[in-house]
Amino acid sequence: MNDNTIIQTTCPYCGVGCGISAQVNEQNHQVNISGDKFHPANFGRLCSKGSALGETVELKGRLLQPKVYGRDVSWAEALDLVADSFTNTIEKYGPDAVAIYGSGQLLTEDYYVANKLMKGFIGSGNMDTNSRLCMSSSVAGHKRAFGSDTVPGCYDDYEQAGMIILIGSNTAWCHPVSFQRIRAAKEANPALKIVVIDPRRTSSCDIADLHLPVATGSDAILFNGLLHFLSQQNTLNQVYIDAHTEGFSEALNAAIISSGNIEQVATQCKLNVDDLQCFYQWFASHEKVMSLYSQGINQSSSGTDKVNAIINCHLATGRIGKPGMGPFSLTGQPNAMGGREVGGLCHQLAAHMDFSSNDDIERVARFWGSNTIARKPGLAAVELFDAIYEGKVKAVWIMGTNPAVSLPNANKAIQALQHCDFVVVSDCIASTDTTALAHVLLPALGWSEKDGTVTNSERCISRQRALFSPAGSAKPDWWIITQVARRMGFEQAFHYQNASEIFREHAALSGFENSVERGLRDFDISAFAEISQHDYDLLQPVQWPVNQTYPQGRARLFDDGQFFTPSGKAQFIAIEPRSPVNLPDENYPLILNTGRLRDQWHTMTRTAIAAKLNQHKPEPFVEVHPVDAQHYALLPNTLAVIESRWGSMIARVQITGSQQQGSLFVPMHWTGQYASHGRMGALVNPVVDPVSKQPESKHTPVQIKPYQPVWQGFILSRRELTVTESEYWVKIKGEQFFRYELAGETLPEDWRSCVRKNLCSMPAENPLWQEYQDPGKGNYRAALIADNQLETVIFIAADSNLPERNWLTSLFVKTQLETPERMALLTGMPPLGVPDVGIIVCACFNVGEKTIRTAIKEKGLKTHQEVGQCLKAGTNCGSCVPEIKALLLPV
Amino acid sequence: MKQRLVVIGNGMAGMRTVEELLSAAPEKYDITVFGAEPYGNYNRIMLSSVLCGEKTIEDIVINDRQWYADNGICLYAGQDKAVVRIDRVTRKVYAQDGTSAAYDRLLIATGSKPVVPAIPGNDLEGVISFRDIFDVNRMLTYSRSHNKAVVLGGGLLGLEAANGLVLRGMDVTVIHNHQVLLNRQMDRQAGEMLQKELELRGLKFKMAAKTQQLIGDKNGHIMAVRFEDGSELECDLFIMAIGVRPNMALAQDAGVYCERGIVVNDTLQSYDPSIYAVGECIQHRGDTFGLVAPLFEQAKVCANHLSDHGVAEYSTLPTATKLKVTGINLFSVGDFIGDKNCESILFTDPALGIYKKLVIKANKLIGAVLYGDTVDGNWYQELLEKEKPVSGIRDVLIFGKAYV
Repeated sequence: MNDNTIIQTTCPYCGVGCGISAQVNEQNHQVNISGDKFHPANFGRLCSKGSALGETVELKGRLLQPKVYGRDVSWAEALDLVADSFTNTIEKYGPDAVAIYGSGQLLTEDYYVANKLMKGFIGSGNMDTNSRLCMSSSVAGHKRAFGSDTVPGCYDDYEQAGMIILIGSNTAWCHPVSFQRIRAAKEANPALKIVVIDPRRTSSCDIADLHLPVATGSDAILFNGLLHFLSQQNTLNQVYIDAHTEGFSEALNAAIISSGNIEQVATQCKLNVDDLQCFYQWFASHEKVMSLYSQGINQSSSGTDKVNAIINCHLATGRIGKPGMGPFSLTGQPNAMGGREVGGLCHQLAAHMDFSSNDDIERVARFWGSNTIARKPGLAAVELFDAIYEGKVKAVWIMGTNPAVSLPNANKAIQALQHCDFVVVSDCIASTDTTALAHVLLPALGWSEKDGTVTNSERCISRQRALFSPAGSAKPDWWIITQVARRMGFEQAFHYQNASEIFREHAALSGFENSVERGLRDFDISAFAEISQHDYDLLQPVQWPVNQTYPQGRARLFDDGQFFTPSGKAQFIAIEPRSPVNLPDENYPLILNTGRLRDQWHTMTRTAIAAKLNQHKPEPFVEVHPVDAQHYALLPNTLAVIESRWGSMIARVQITGSQQQGSLFVPMHWTGQYASHGRMGALVNPVVDPVSKQPESKHTPVQIKPYQPVWQGFILSRRELTVTESEYWVKIKGEQFFRYELAGETLPEDWRSCVRKNLCSMPAENPLWQEYQDPGKGNYRAALIADNQLETVIFIAADSNLPERNWLTSLFVKTQLETPERMALLTGMPPLGVPDVGIIVCACFNVGEKTIRTAIKEKGLKTHQEVGQCLKAGTNCGSCVPEIKALLLPV
Repeated sequence: MKQRLVVIGNGMAGMRTVEELLSAAPEKYDITVFGAEPYGNYNRIMLSSVLCGEKTIEDIVINDRQWYADNGICLYAGQDKAVVRIDRVTRKVYAQDGTSAAYDRLLIATGSKPVVPAIPGNDLEGVISFRDIFDVNRMLTYSRSHNKAVVLGGGLLGLEAANGLVLRGMDVTVIHNHQVLLNRQMDRQAGEMLQKELELRGLKFKMAAKTQQLIGDKNGHIMAVRFEDGSELECDLFIMAIGVRPNMALAQDAGVYCERGIVVNDTLQSYDPSIYAVGECIQHRGDTFGLVAPLFEQAKVCANHLSDHGVAEYSTLPTATKLKVTGINLFSVGDFIGDKNCESILFTDPALGIYKKLVIKANKLIGAVLYGDTVDGNWYQELLEKEKPVSGIRDVLIFGKAYV
């Protein structure tokens, strides 16, 4: 590859699936990232995470060599061991004693091969994936209503809709590029109504005409109420219902019984009646209405029902499959959809066929040439780890995911892996909470090296292309799986030489016996069954199905009123709303909600490498309503212990009216690698939806109380440290420094020696330390300055009264400290005349809160656009626009 | 007819009082001044600068003889003009040569005398104090002809003398009876930093040493110092700088009430209502004085009363210390050691040679030691004098006024 080659690829983060134009400098192992102007998902836009991808391609921290029990080994040795162990376990205990746990981060080709190995040849259904944690309720809801896991619409509908409802989705942060597109649609068409349904007043409310802060878990009542309302208002599409659906009257009856009148719905959902009325009226009066939903709907013990409650309303009005309308599931992961296509969930078989049909099982067995194919669903994620815990599953292979953090009751997941006889982990990152528990570590390719396809929320298949050659000994996941499969005796079925060969087989299977006569399936990309390597390399984004009928793909399904149920009709599902399984009680009186942040991805294994992305929310935090804060004696920016029956965490208190009283919100991202007590998964109740098996991650009863350490502090260090002295710590990578937020429960005898020896692993005697001591107040501060460059600075206090870190962190990029800076260092405040930019608001252009406030004041800026013109803030990904607007509000 | 004011002592305290008086009530007195040194009035605290060559004697003269003439002051200066007796009954003073002067008001400003250690050999040739121009001239003479100097006393005066002699080319050892230099003005850390800095400048130190005897040669000139540990040090010049005592003999002989010094009240008046006293010779509320700042304050108050304004009261404020060694900045004020009821705040940057310590008691600053960075010394002194509560500014206090 020459210097500065431009490669089109796809972002590895959320399900929007943005196209990226990567300018690669192979020699320096550097890449400049920009949005692909021609990709239909983003048309050149990128969010803060995608924009920072260039910062994540460094090789530091990568897993570069196979390891067996901590020892570097050859691929041959590692693969032999994995194959032998799996084979032996299967011989001794049967195929259900082994499992693969995959990820929506895997490429379709990798996923396909893993699924084929487990379900097709090992003969167990025990192939599940982390998509179980985010999308399986949508899958189940789609399947129940449509007979297939089909997302009917596409992004193009945003511009055509008259009303967009965001349900349980902080689109602004979780799918920023889609949100920006909706914002633009709203700006172009102010008549476009935006309704946000979310217990929290999130950043997505920024563009909302109406925000309904529903009571957590009451969504099914809300949509049953809507169905009831639509029926009362005679806005049903009876012609459509009669022609294309079944089960309407049962569904309507159930809706009427459960919802009652509109006042009763409002009471149950804890909403203002007028707001509710307004929402219902708007829904009734807008033909082109889109219901975008995400984890707020899916992550529930009745998630599938909630999905169907939404779909019911669209079926009842016939608003599906046509431009600008329909239910639309916003996928969490870059290839959750691809995973579903290959059958990555344990109840699926392959290519949108599953174990519910014997014909499907025989068909797939025939196609794969297997006589050992699995015939029943395997264990879904939570069950799977329970089975590992109980010793029923004795060997597990985890690929590209971090269940020690992300599963509910995550401490039990850790124990399960600790007890498991044989744990294999394939990953691109060396140190994760899960790799720490592995017996065998297999180095997989990172995003910038991967080559294959992914499918986004709107069924659009895009190529992810390698920017760099594989790092170290890392290999593609499909290659690793194929090698193990061959060693297990399945050479013939796993002959693949490259990804395109797998893609062709996958495409062929999707079209295999896919016909009206033999049963029509939605997922059909048979047009690619013969795709050449050349065409595969040049493959442009395309929305499936891609077959003889739709050679250029298909933007929308169901426009013809044809569904993939046996009757060809869509199914109404009668929904009886259920409460979350575990309700608050006197010991655990609050509801814990969990979710994503704007600038982090999943368990931070990659985003935390990009300094830029750690500025927005550097530390695990908990959002608390002001009344709750007062009741539980929580002060802003202090630490609090949050505890459920399953586990506990410590987080920084943020008091905000955007949170409902009685509810807490914590981000889902922090792991044991970056925080001592930041794993929210430890608290989440291991309760799943009976249909989708998706965990109820948005509703766990908890209690909260102040965490009262005897000291608190932080370290900023040019060098990465191993901090052992403090009970509470958070590690944050910054621009040329690492930041450690600390708190401890015991006071060391001597801060100087503790800081130098224990915290910084340095000799106690060193004249290069500047020191400040106020032992009476419990203050200790020190800075190590070598060659007039700041190496380390540490602040310790008896309470959380510590200076802001911004100015101090800015000193690490300086080659020389000025004397006034040096003398001001341990005040934590810039010397007079040096501006403090404040907390970074715009991650793309690194613009701080204080800079924005000053510009607003001094230049009289009135709108976020003016702020953008003046400071560039908010003009790239736009996801900080709500925060900028908040700064524009009069104090 | 004008009243008569007689001033005994032509030093800094007496003359500052006269200056203040001339400005407050120029026509009130006929003034007569007696001085034992044959000069006008000079700045004694600048003698170190003369010794090290940064200044000449002319530079440090405050008022020359012409000034006395211009202001109608009768000056009797010289060894033979030293006052030897005060007759309080007749209100007259008598000089050694018999010169006498009658007073309505008498101001005693006889200053202090160097303490001479009670060790054998303290009367040898080459054993001198560091008090006046005469002493400086003798030291300069020695420095031209001799090599080895020993300074007894690691206080301000001793260190200034030692530094001056090193600059004059002598090999100088400072003997100090304590582990820490300037132990009355500095704490251990600051004292150690100072010692290191002075060592870099060529000074040698013998710390926590007890001098047993000064050994003379056959001509009665000092040749060595012997210590209690048995060791000896060659010595051509021995400077005694272990402190001063109020020079109150004259007042005592006249029956003016004295304790460690001439006891004065808040108006600087002695037990004899017509006799005032200022400067290092006095004792005020139990304190005696060795630094210049309180002397000037006393002068102001005393002049206020001599001019019959009669409103000012003297009170002793904590006095800041400064060492007059170029390039060494140190400052201390108040109680910088503290006790168990005190809290201290420290700032150190050894690489820059900076050490600061503030002592806080009951939410007020009561003492400060600054080494290396003394720019905020005066501010701390102000906080300390005004007894301002510091809780609101405690976190930035040690970083200086600019951060408040």
